[in-house]
Amino acid sequence: MLKQTPLNAAHRALGARMVDFGGWDMPVQYSGILDEHNTVRTAAGLFDVSHMGEIEVRGPEALQLVNYVTTNNAAKLAAGQVHYSGLLYEHGGFVDDILVHKVAGDHYFLCVNASNQDKDYEHIAAHNRWNCSVENHGERYAQIAVQGPRAIEILQKLTATDLSAIHYYWFADGEVSGAPARIARTGYTGEDGFEIYVDPGQAEARWNELLDAGRESGLKPAGLGARNTLRMEAGMALYGHEIDASISPLEAGLQWIVKLDKGDFLGKAPLERQKAEGLKRKLIGFEMRGRGIGRDGYEVRVAGEPAGWVTSGGPSPTLNKNIGMCYLPAAQAQPGLAIEIVVRNQPVEAVTIPIPFYKRAK
Amino acid sequence: MTYPENFRYTKEHEWVSVEGDTGTVGITFHAQKELGDIVYVDLPKPGTQVEVGKTFGSVESVKAVSDIYSPVSGEVTEANSLLAEAPEKLNEDPHGAAWLVKIRLANPGDVGALLSAADYAAYIGE
Repeated sequence: MLKQTPLNAAHRALGARMVDFGGWDMPVQYSGILDEHNTVRTAAGLFDVSHMGEIEVRGPEALQLVNYVTTNNAAKLAAGQVHYSGLLYEHGGFVDDILVHKVAGDHYFLCVNASNQDKDYEHIAAHNRWNCSVENHGERYAQIAVQGPRAIEILQKLTATDLSAIHYYWFADGEVSGAPARIARTGYTGEDGFEIYVDPGQAEARWNELLDAGRESGLKPAGLGARNTLRMEAGMALYGHEIDASISPLEAGLQWIVKLDKGDFLGKAPLERQKAEGLKRKLIGFEMRGRGIGRDGYEVRVAGEPAGWVTSGGPSPTLNKNIGMCYLPAAQAQPGLAIEIVVRNQPVEAVTIPIPFYKRAK
Repeated sequence: MTYPENFRYTKEHEWVSVEGDTGTVGITFHAQKELGDIVYVDLPKPGTQVEVGKTFGSVESVKAVSDIYSPVSGEVTEANSLLAEAPEKLNEDPHGAAWLVKIRLANPGDVGALLSAADYAAYIGE
């Protein structure tokens, strides 16, 4: 039996195509992936991301626990601030990638990947030497993302919270349509936008109000298909693709979320070793030169020899090219290298390029 | 959607229309709808021998790659050049301008084993 978000009926009423996404019955597209993708880049898209998990860490020593299980330095967060971070195993591979919201000095709110939620919870609870309260609260929150250059004007119609005062990667606890909501200026599309956490019982009302409020701004519902092409263009990692238990944040190009100088944390020793000895492999972008599309799992060859694999690949609707990300031996993971992607037994020419592929104009 | 009466269909969602000893092959409206936005079409070159039930190319949407299975055996005489430049035509006109290949039939009797329009429509639940 697939799990459903509180918006399941709303998706079906909109004619969404539904798919099994890690055990969740989720909308992959409504009007079409390309249309939804372009709508998010030029106007705004509305996403149901209620499948995402939420874990809350509370207690006087909440910071100690959060900082021990994550790679970024949560001590640097102010109340109301968010950062991206890694949850690592002791051997330095990813349990998950997460967003850490500091609600207060004794309360951290973690947004985690849907299919990793229980594993993350158990992992954090297992390392709780500080008597913190760690709670797996995925079912207490629905999450709706409004993403795109016009997201702010749409959401502002429904809230008294001054959205222009919420900076990128900050959040505010306020109200949307008179009901409590955590409003975070975060996202997974490479555009400006907001992720709103609400009571599941309120989710359908908020969803429909947002669709109404956004109609004249060109807002459309957008599914997981567009979410994936948007995040790929923005060079954002997806668990199970760019990162997993066998990959370290340094290999994935995520050294900016690793703070080796903050004190002890899980995975620190192997990361220090990797840094001192040099990396064996690194993530790099590519664009196809020949006809064909490199997709997840395809072999990458350098000078005719197997050298790595594609983690994510497909068409980039914004750039109108076929792009992707792949792992290559660190010495070869530099832009400008001629490579081949083996597309259904046929080597096709490609060239390495830097990540991200797309950056919005600010 | 209505499926042309003069076409024959496979359960893998290809169609073939026969004129003389030549079969024109495409994918169905249902297939393109299931695939979503089509961004790339890989077709065999003229002269390629294809065999009924065997894959001869692929259609890629934003999300996925899908094999094309030949509804008939024979030799490819033409691949639709429109699709190299404008694969999205396959979403717009899959039963017309966006045909895939023309095949000189090795055995015109192959077609008899395929589904009629009514049977295909029933198969996909329309």
